[in-house]
Amino acid sequence: MPDSPQIPIEFPLTPKPRAVVIGASSGIGAAVSRRLAKEGYVLALLARREGRLQALCDELNQNDEVNAIAYPHNATDFVAIPALFQEILQDLQRLDIIVFVAGVMPLVDVTEFNFDKERLMIEVNLLGAMAWLGQAATLFQRMGAGQIVGISSVAGDRGRVPNPGYNTSKAALDTYLEALRNRLTRHGVNVLTVKPGFVETALSPKGIPPEKAAADIWRAMKRRRQLIYTPFFWRYIMLIIKYIPSFIFRRLSF
Amino acid sequence: MSDNGTGPLLPLERLNRLENFGHSIHSPGYLYRPTQIEEIEELFAASRKQGVAVALRGSGRSYGDAALNSGGIVLNFQRMNRILEWNPETGIIKVEPGVTIEQLWKYTLEDGWWSPVVPGTMFPTLGGVLAANVHGKNNWRAGTLGEHVLEFEALLPNGKHVVCTPKKNKDLFYGIIGGMGMLGVFTSITLQMKKVYSGYLEVKAWVEPTLERMLAAINENKEEDYNVGWVDCTAFGKRLGRGQMHTARYLEPGEDPNPAQSLSVDAQVLPDTMFGIMPKSIVYQFLRLGMNNLGAWGGNLAKYILNRTLEQNKVDRWTFTEFSFLLDYVPNWERSYGNGGLIQYQSFLPKETAYDTYMQILRLSKRRGLPSYLGVLKRHRPDDFLLSHAVDGFSLALDYKVTRRNVARLRKLTADLNQIVLEGGGRFYFAKDSTLTPDVVQAYLGEETVSKLKKLKKKVDPQNVLQTDLYKRCFG
Repeated sequence: MPDSPQIPIEFPLTPKPRAVVIGASSGIGAAVSRRLAKEGYVLALLARREGRLQALCDELNQNDEVNAIAYPHNATDFVAIPALFQEILQDLQRLDIIVFVAGVMPLVDVTEFNFDKERLMIEVNLLGAMAWLGQAATLFQRMGAGQIVGISSVAGDRGRVPNPGYNTSKAALDTYLEALRNRLTRHGVNVLTVKPGFVETALSPKGIPPEKAAADIWRAMKRRRQLIYTPFFWRYIMLIIKYIPSFIFRRLSF
Repeated sequence: MSDNGTGPLLPLERLNRLENFGHSIHSPGYLYRPTQIEEIEELFAASRKQGVAVALRGSGRSYGDAALNSGGIVLNFQRMNRILEWNPETGIIKVEPGVTIEQLWKYTLEDGWWSPVVPGTMFPTLGGVLAANVHGKNNWRAGTLGEHVLEFEALLPNGKHVVCTPKKNKDLFYGIIGGMGMLGVFTSITLQMKKVYSGYLEVKAWVEPTLERMLAAINENKEEDYNVGWVDCTAFGKRLGRGQMHTARYLEPGEDPNPAQSLSVDAQVLPDTMFGIMPKSIVYQFLRLGMNNLGAWGGNLAKYILNRTLEQNKVDRWTFTEFSFLLDYVPNWERSYGNGGLIQYQSFLPKETAYDTYMQILRLSKRRGLPSYLGVLKRHRPDDFLLSHAVDGFSLALDYKVTRRNVARLRKLTADLNQIVLEGGGRFYFAKDSTLTPDVVQAYLGEETVSKLKKLKKKVDPQNVLQTDLYKRCFG
């Protein structure tokens, strides 16, 4: 079709695998995209910031080969998502993995209750995920194959003092991913929930480099795992935190 | 169906997993199942406007990606399956493109008419069969099915309707038949059936110990109504390529004492049990156990020995369906190849180079540890269609099992085989193909043919509405 990017002709028995990454322009999203490209995936990359997105695509499309296509998109533009999903499927021709990374965490003061900020977090982190993953879930269910990866957070494990809206968005995302998993496993689809601890991204200045998180995520995708923490030790930290009784936890301030 | 071309063309609920017949390729497509020509017209109009590619699909019996359109629209014709006119005096029948070979013979046989050409299975639609311009075991005598089409009506992707005969709109007649759904959609097909005087064929079977003798036998018997050879592609040394010949002839009037009985549909329906008790629907699951290099060797060997001892030079009467539709004898046989499915590799070689080339192909396949588990040999003659697979020579169709482990090697093997076939001056067949690349296509069809096709395509489909995965792969 006119002016759609051309993916090179392939041997039909072994097409290159295809992935969509939503929230690809920075942090974990960019690192996962780079990793998938390295593993031979053809990518549809989505993000709000067009310049950074295009730069990432250019980086991945070397030697005249189309490996990544940029689709500037705001994850809260829910109305546009079905048509965009179709366009991506037309361009990629198939889809094996969808990774939802997009997430926001505006700074909130411990005494502040700001609905606008909370609403933004719910819209991007939760509703954006539902809008995108629902499309992919329909496709994967019909194809009887595929993998859905949702980047949640350790913040979803407990409601805590600093950012109630963020905790809520991630806890809800966890539940949504769990429900998808229970619906889709029987159709041959894997749903992976990723719970990063501190990763050095726009959301947190300190932590492991995103490449390290991307390596963990890739390993989990390959093994078709259900739930991972990255770095792994957060599983045990959160296990303890989850069991702190409320009469103590409500007196703590982290 | 989208309303007047403005609604969304690709609603999620139309997404379906579509496969090739060998179950070795799968692809997402938005499936439409039109019942009326007007629906196709609307869809083409919407597709032209919105820039969405459309592929045509019959029963999905192509071995490769001929009826797939990954991420785009797939039009399934199975519901456009009405028989429009039938004249039992002249044997001329007019049908919609979704009518299957099975429907066709069941409709006409009791009047004494049989399809002049049939593929090895009765399930394909006539639209699909003519898009691929299939041949049967009688290619030398009867040509392809396209040669028996008196007239067809087609809807072009630019929205125009045309009537084509070998004289009228000749370029489209010889282009759309064999054109793999790249140039237009059949909306009706008028076919000349063949008069028969019995529902039986007289079939002769015998084995030949080498491929050279197989080719000689098939050549000597080419004037028989039907002739076909099964080839053992797993045997060792000089025996590689040995096999069993079958020839068959129609009975003359009077040879069958009770033609009304043998021409009845009941007499022709394939039994659904084996040995009288085993449901045939489960047989493929047992076949599955033997679908490995060792099992295929044993199976081919056992078949050869049984053929030599029990059936040597036997002359027998078989029903048309028994002889013609061997592939339907075990339902779901293609599933016996396991989860990776299979591909078929069919090459057509001039009679002068056939022996050397086929020996190279069989030896190389064996040497690479990828022997074909089933080979079928036929005699062919050239035809006048734009995209033709035929040569004055032979074709050898080879089934290869696909697994996750062998697929990379299979890719390499078939790429090498393509070069071997080209060196022998051979051709390929889009209905079976999953291995061709644009350079190979250009090499065997010739630059002139490819540019002629592209010119024709530009004329009838300037917006490139009709596209399949095969089209993109071979002509992209």
